[in-house]
Amino acid sequence: MVDLDFHALANPLRFKRLAALLTPWLLISGLLLLAVGLWQGLFASPPDYLQGESVRILYLHVPTAWLALGGYLGMAIAAATARIWKHPIADLLVQAIAPVGALFAALCLVTGSIWGRPTWGTWWVWDGRLTSMLVLFLLYLGVIALMHLHDDRTKGARMAGLLAILGTINLPVIKFSVEWWNTLHQPASIRLSGSSIHPAMLWPLLISAAGFALLFAAMVLIRMRLLIAEQQLEMRALRRAARAG
Amino acid sequence: MRLILDLIRRDLSLMMARPGEWLMPLAFFMLVAILLPFALGPETDLLARVAPGILWVGALLASLMPVATLFAIDAADGTLDQLFVRGVAPETLAFSRMLALWAGFGGPLLVAAPFAALLLGMEWALLAPLLTALAAGALGLSALAVAVAGITLGARGGAGLVALLILPLALPMLLFGSRPGDGGAVGLAAASALLLAALAPFAAGAALRVGRS
Repeated sequence: MVDLDFHALANPLRFKRLAALLTPWLLISGLLLLAVGLWQGLFASPPDYLQGESVRILYLHVPTAWLALGGYLGMAIAAATARIWKHPIADLLVQAIAPVGALFAALCLVTGSIWGRPTWGTWWVWDGRLTSMLVLFLLYLGVIALMHLHDDRTKGARMAGLLAILGTINLPVIKFSVEWWNTLHQPASIRLSGSSIHPAMLWPLLISAAGFALLFAAMVLIRMRLLIAEQQLEMRALRRAARAG
Repeated sequence: MRLILDLIRRDLSLMMARPGEWLMPLAFFMLVAILLPFALGPETDLLARVAPGILWVGALLASLMPVATLFAIDAADGTLDQLFVRGVAPETLAFSRMLALWAGFGGPLLVAAPFAALLLGMEWALLAPLLTALAAGALGLSALAVAVAGITLGARGGAGLVALLILPLALPMLLFGSRPGDGGAVGLAAASALLLAALAPFAAGAALRVGRS
């Protein structure tokens, strides 16, 4: 029986077992939802009256943007949890999220660029929202670099966590500043108070976003298992060395 | 308070004893202002228009230089451990080092900036707001330098890593600060610099604590 208690999860081996149990479910349901959402978005939904067929890439672009941002926030929360409660899984979570989040930020930039070529007539503009996604991508790269450039793995993870926290506090300032600077990108169409998108387009978008979110979670869990397994190997090598010495 | 002043005085007198520490960033800053006209062409209109931006980019790049040694020298010769053993909080050390760097890096920068502006033919009316923005910006850049020096202490990766960590976070200051014609922008540059100055000592302090454990 798996115990879903915050402290019970602090045991890496128990967490690894739980992650191994959850991963296939997340992976399969994510892929299924993504297939449905993308099929709906790419073939079944109507083309946009202004953007025509090129609107379809947004079923990929928008979810990746949400997840890149949400992933960064999640990483910062994990880093704060690691600092405040010294939760051993939280340190690993920072390391697990960073490359996945960077991947989603890169996907967001690439799909946005492909969409921008026919719509705005250029691959890249120095627009506020594009620039802030680029900065987010750079912050992810900084976190990843810190993780690897400290020889002591735990120390690297903690330093990377500090950068994640510092970056999160600064993200609103960066976002505000670049939007003040120059804006061409349309404002968000979906807010907490409601959406200005037609349901025929909104549903495929939400389904593919849910699919991407599950895939994101599955990738993070796979990386968590990898990191825990690496830790176990390291410990085993240390024990063996101690016994031999 | 007394402790902070003593720490600042120590940093500044060490800086005086090693003139390379404050002269090199200064030379780098002037070199950017001298080199850019060769890249952009000698048209006075163009140079005058981009001058504030060039000065900011020069200041930003120059601020990367002190980061590598900011805590590394003290960590190598044991000063850092001595201070912590005596009960100096890492945050206090980071705060005073930030102020010392502001004086040691920002002061010479403000002296050199009018000459660089002269070389680029910048409008004189813009000089006062630009210097204000640079003065505040130097505090923000010193704050980032201290925070990143703490986070990267003991890491391999050198200058590239430092640039990757500092430049994205310095973006708001660069955006607002290089528009001295717009009074509101200068205020916003100062505000984002102050925010960094408020956060950085804690980030650097936390990083120094992690480094010791």
